[in-house]
Amino acid sequence: MTPRSREEIRQAIVDALGGIAPEIDPGSIAADLPLREQIDMDSFDFLNLIIRVHEILGIDIPEQDYAKLVTLNGAVEYLARRCAAQQ
Amino acid sequence: MPSLGADMEAGTLVEWLVRPGDEVKRGQVVAVVETQKGAVDVEIWETGTVDQILVESGRKVPVGELLALLRTAGEPVAGAQDISGLQEAAGVEAASVLSGASPSRAGIPPVSRISPVRPRVSPSARKLAEELGVEIASLQVAEPGTEISRADIERAAQAAMKAQPAIQPASSDWQSQMRKAIAAAMARSKREIPHYYLATDIDMSAVSAWLSSENLKRDVTRRLLPVIPCMKALALALREVPELNGFWIDGAFRSSAAVHLGMAISMRGGGLVAPAIHDADKKSLDQLMADLRDLITRVRGGRLRSSEMSDPTVTFTNLGEQGVDGVFGVIYPPQVAIIGLGKTSEKPWVDQGAVVARKVATATLAADHRASDGHSGGLFLATLGKLLQEPERLR
Repeated sequence: MTPRSREEIRQAIVDALGGIAPEIDPGSIAADLPLREQIDMDSFDFLNLIIRVHEILGIDIPEQDYAKLVTLNGAVEYLARRCAAQQ
Repeated sequence: MPSLGADMEAGTLVEWLVRPGDEVKRGQVVAVVETQKGAVDVEIWETGTVDQILVESGRKVPVGELLALLRTAGEPVAGAQDISGLQEAAGVEAASVLSGASPSRAGIPPVSRISPVRPRVSPSARKLAEELGVEIASLQVAEPGTEISRADIERAAQAAMKAQPAIQPASSDWQSQMRKAIAAAMARSKREIPHYYLATDIDMSAVSAWLSSENLKRDVTRRLLPVIPCMKALALALREVPELNGFWIDGAFRSSAAVHLGMAISMRGGGLVAPAIHDADKKSLDQLMADLRDLITRVRGGRLRSSEMSDPTVTFTNLGEQGVDGVFGVIYPPQVAIIGLGKTSEKPWVDQGAVVARKVATATLAADHRASDGHSGGLFLATLGKLLQEPERLR
């Protein structure tokens, strides 16, 4: 697998979010606040986000790690670590 | 024009997917109808041949109007049978509509749009028509021979307002239509249905633990949402308490042998619909997940089918998603119950004399006191609680 920069990972998450909530402005997402407080998402949307990120980045995200993807920054950090671990 | 919910008065035929001469099968989608809650795929309930299309696309017609004629196998062309079997009022009169031997159904004549007789109009309705710019000559009365009412005028004004862009109305208009549809159904519910409300706390530790271990084994695309075992458990519990599952129609309760679980699903940009997952009590958890995924995806970006809109026998609202502890719902007529589930959170729980931390959720029931009593409602919630203690048996 090719290494992913944090910027690529951030873009992948934002793209996935755009598919779920087309009304959002990616620039308006506060990176340190919970995504679900900023974007109208239910558990179904969140599961779709995980699936989409999995498809884009090829990373498996176990359910017990969902809590690490609460904020955009948290998700980027977590996924960057997972990407590196899979190298 | 099928009734796709208690709040629907009329629908616009957006598109026919069949033509005269086409063979159709029971369950096939034959037309697309635009309602206040968006476009819906209309299914046919009889196998046969399309004989004649009576309502052209683009026209808005009231619920109950004949849309087309269907010829069943072996039937001569002249004795065409109507397919207003599409019109099962809230899904209840389904089978009887088309099974009759009579060539055409009484009660819903293929009415002409414009009455040849000059309609009678009340002065207040005439005044309203002027204010709203409705042309009285073009109006169709709800029942032939009756006077045009203010309600008829309002309906016509609404129809005119959204007649044009049938497929994708401007969002603000669509939202106000949606609001109106919800307002009508909920106001009717509170006006007519004597609700009673019950709540009970359910220990969700067993089902949460079972789900975590189950999902650990599963690829991300096959994981189950926490709501799935709850759907199965409440569908099974409804089988035990049939007086909560069915319809209140014409002053009497008719229970339903099938459990068609209406899932309250919010729409992006506001509003909600509660389309059915059919036979939820008989489906596996994987099937329920697949059906729910399909349903939510279509609510938020595709199209619902007529049977999903018209035949839920009960509604389930899972507002715990939004962090609320409990939700006391408003029953969607003609159903007689709505079940709510609040969020699952850790709470102190007494188990064999000791206080322990357990995952707990509040399950609620709002039910129609005409159809059931609190005793049955309590039995239902107790059964639901019991079923959720043995998640491995929810197959």
